[in-house]
Amino acid sequence: MATKLPLTDAVVVGLGWAGAIIANELVDAGLKVVGIERGPWRDTAKDFNIASVTDELRYAQRQELMLRTAQNTITMRNTPSQTALPMRKWGSFHPGNGTGGAGNHWAGITFRFQPEEFRLRSHLEERYGADAIPDELSLQDWGTDWDEMEPFYDAFEKVAGTSGRAGQLKSGQQPGGNPFEGARSSDYPTPPLKQPYSPTLFADTAREMGYSPFPVPSSLVSEAYTNPLGVTMGPCTFCGFCTNYGCANYSKASAITTVLPALIRKENFEARTHCEVLEVTTDSDGRRATGIIYVDSAGRRWEQPAEIVVVAAFTFENVRLMLTSNIGQAYDPATRQGTTGRNYAYQTANNVQLFFDDKNFNPFIGAGAVGMGIDDFNNDNFDHAGLGFFGGGSTRVTPIGAAPINARPTPPGTPRWGSNWKRATVDNYKSTMSIGCEASNYSSPNNYLSLDPTYRDRLGRPLLRITFDFTQNDLRMAQYVTDKTAEIARRMNPRQIVANPRTGPWDGRPYQSSHVVGGFVMGADPSNSSVNKHLQVWGVPNLFVVGASAFPQNPGYNPTGTVGALAFKAAYGIVNRYLRNPGEMMS
Amino acid sequence: MKKRDEPAASGGLTRRELLGSSAALLVGAAAPGAAQALTFQGTPEWKPLANVAVEPVDESAGWQFFTEEEAATVEAIVERLIPADDLSISGKEAGCAIFIDRQLAGAYGGFERLYMHGPFQDGTPEQGDQSPLTPGQRYRIGLAALDDHCRREHDARFAELEADRRDQILSQLEQEQIQLDDIDSQLFFELVLTNTMEGFFADPLYGGNRDMVSWKMLGFPGARYDYRDYIERHNEDLEFTPVSIGGRSDWQAQG
Repeated sequence: MATKLPLTDAVVVGLGWAGAIIANELVDAGLKVVGIERGPWRDTAKDFNIASVTDELRYAQRQELMLRTAQNTITMRNTPSQTALPMRKWGSFHPGNGTGGAGNHWAGITFRFQPEEFRLRSHLEERYGADAIPDELSLQDWGTDWDEMEPFYDAFEKVAGTSGRAGQLKSGQQPGGNPFEGARSSDYPTPPLKQPYSPTLFADTAREMGYSPFPVPSSLVSEAYTNPLGVTMGPCTFCGFCTNYGCANYSKASAITTVLPALIRKENFEARTHCEVLEVTTDSDGRRATGIIYVDSAGRRWEQPAEIVVVAAFTFENVRLMLTSNIGQAYDPATRQGTTGRNYAYQTANNVQLFFDDKNFNPFIGAGAVGMGIDDFNNDNFDHAGLGFFGGGSTRVTPIGAAPINARPTPPGTPRWGSNWKRATVDNYKSTMSIGCEASNYSSPNNYLSLDPTYRDRLGRPLLRITFDFTQNDLRMAQYVTDKTAEIARRMNPRQIVANPRTGPWDGRPYQSSHVVGGFVMGADPSNSSVNKHLQVWGVPNLFVVGASAFPQNPGYNPTGTVGALAFKAAYGIVNRYLRNPGEMMS
Repeated sequence: MKKRDEPAASGGLTRRELLGSSAALLVGAAAPGAAQALTFQGTPEWKPLANVAVEPVDESAGWQFFTEEEAATVEAIVERLIPADDLSISGKEAGCAIFIDRQLAGAYGGFERLYMHGPFQDGTPEQGDQSPLTPGQRYRIGLAALDDHCRREHDARFAELEADRRDQILSQLEQEQIQLDDIDSQLFFELVLTNTMEGFFADPLYGGNRDMVSWKMLGFPGARYDYRDYIERHNEDLEFTPVSIGGRSDWQAQG
C-alpha cells in the first residue's frame, strides 16, 4: 500500500494558476509546502521554444499540451435518463496538464466578474421580483461581494501583468474602458494591446450604434513587465499561435511565466511532477483532512500527510477527487439533496461570421486576447423585463490567428473538397471575420457532476460523469444576444452574414470553451454549497478546494481572472485567519 | 533528501528530461527504488530544444504504414479531394499520402494518447466518436472495403478508375449513399478528409504541404513570430513570403 512520507505544513494539489498562487502565498507566510502535479514540469525555454511552437498539427490537432484522455477523461450525456459515454478525444473543452495547467494554452482574456454576479439571485429578485427566477434555474449568491473580491482581482492582474483600459476606477468613470465593470482600485498593470483591423472595424461600428467598445482585458502583456514576484514578461508579438499553444515570448501570463519561476527558488517549496492524487484522506469522523494519497509514474503509492490540504486542480478533477474521497454528500438530482457535483455549468458560445469581398483582415496576425468588445448585452447590463430569460454575453472580436488546418471559413453550402472548395477557401481566407458572443450559462437542477458507474481510468477509478444540457433560459438568451450581434454585423455591410446562436442539445464534439465551472460551489449556506467564502470546505476546516469549481453559475465572461482572484482570496484566509485560529472560519 | 537510485527512464519521462533537470533534487518521491516521478526544488535546469524536436519526415524512406496497394488507393483519393488546378498542385503531389502514412505509423495511428477502454457502444451523435477502431485499423479496413466495392460495381480497383468516377464515389461515401463492408462509410470518409486537409495545411515538416504550397495559395505566412510592426497596417496586402519551421528552400541556396 501507500508509503507514508514525513508530515508537511501544506500540500497543494495541482500547479496551475490556483495551486501555484496559493503555494507561493503559503510559502511566503513561512509554511513548508509540497505541490503535487499529475503532468510534467513545463518551462517556456524548454517546452515552448520559438523555433518550434508554431506547429498547428502538433498543438491544435494532436492536442500536445492537453491532458491525454488515455490518462483521464470524462463521460457525458445530456439528460439523467441517458447512458453517459466517454469523451475519447477532447472536443467541447480542452483540459490542460503539467505545471501551468490549462493556463499554458488559454487565450489570456481576463475579465473581472461584475459586482452583481456575486449576489446574482438576490440581485435578480430585487430587480425583477421575488418570483422572477424560473424553476429550471438554480442560481445562487456566492456568499461574498465585490468589496471582498476587488483586492484579489487587483492582486491577480498585477501578477499576470494584465493589459487593458480601466472603465471604472474608484475615483470615477474613465473614457474608453468598459463602463459596466465594477469600480477598480487601480488601472490595468499594462496599457491596451495594439488592435488589428477586424476589432477596429467592429469597435467603430459599435460606437456609431451607441454602444461602448473597450479593449478586451488581456493577460498577454503589451510591454515588458516585471510583476511583484520579480518575474519579467515580454510584449506580445501577435504571432497568431496562442490559444491551444504555449507562448515562447513570455508574453502570455500563466503559472509558468509569472509564479513558478519565483516559487521554485524558495526553500520551503518543492514540486512533485508526474504524480497523480488518488484521494484526500480524512480522520475517522471525516472532520479533518489528514493528507493525500498519490501515485507516481512508476505506479508506487505514497501518502503525504499535511496540516492543510489545498485542492486546486481543474474543475473536473477537483470535483472527482471530492467524490472519490467522500467529501460532502454527492448531489442527487431526484431529491436535489447533496452538494458535491451540484450546479455544474458551462458557457454558451455564440458567433456571427462576416464574409466581405473588399477587405483584407490579415487574419494570421492575432492573439488569444487581442480585440475589442462590448458588454451592452452582457449579464444584467440591459433590462430583462419581459424578455423571458436572464443573462447575456460578452460580444467581441478577438482574432486569435489563422493557422489554416482549422481557420478556413467558407459560406454554408460550400463543398468540403474539390476545386470549388479550394476556390472558396482562397477567396474567403483573408476577407472573413467573426464576432463572438461568450454568453452566460446558468445552473440548473439536472446539470450536475457524478461518478460514472461503468467507465474507469487507467488506475481503475471511476471517470467523472457530466450530465448537462442548455436550459430554455440559455437558449432564448443565445438567440437574443446573437440577434443583437448580427445587427452590428449587418451595419458593417459584409457580402454575407452567418449567425450561429448556440442551439441544443449540448454537443461534445466541436470546441466551444474550456470554461467548465461549478460542482463544488461556494456560498453562505452548507445546504447548497460546498465551500464557504474562504474556499474552506464546510465541516472539514483544514481542506480548501479552489478553482472554477467554486462558481455557483457562470456569467458571460471568461473565468480565469476570477479563478486567480479566488486563489488569492483563499490564501489570504488561510494566512490571516486560519493559521491564527485553525478551525471553521464561518459558523 | 537526495536521490538514492538512478530513476528508470520511462513512463512518459525521457532520459533527456531527467538529465535536463539534473540540478533539481531527484528524490523519487523521497524514497528508495525506481520511481520516475520528479521532485523539483531550487532552480530547474533545462537543455535547449530538449522537449521540442520533431523529426522531419523523410520522404524517400518508402511507405511506413501502407502497403503499395493501399498507398496507391490513398494517393488516388487525395488527388481528388485536393485536385490539381490553377490554384495549386494536387494533394498527391503535395505529399498528403506520405503525411497520412507517417501519421498512421506513429502514435496517432494507434490512438495511443486517447481513451480506448470499453465497453464500446453507440451513443447519441453529441457523444462523439465511439468506434473501437484506431485510425490505422480504419484505413486498413476502409481501403480494402473501398476496393471491394469498386471491384463489385466497376470491375476495377479505386485507383484504376477515371477521375470523374472517383469523384462520384467519394461524394457517395460523403453522403452515405455507399455502405462499405465492415466499417461505417462516413467514419472512414471523414477521417480521410480530415487527415488529407491536415497534411495539406500543416507545416511541411510532416510530409504534406510540399514547399508550403497551401500557405502560398492562401497567403498564410507560416511560422513567423512577430507582427508588431504590421498589426496596425489595416486592410493592406502585406505580401509575406511564407516560412516553415524548417526554414524555406531559398535559405539553403549557396551564395
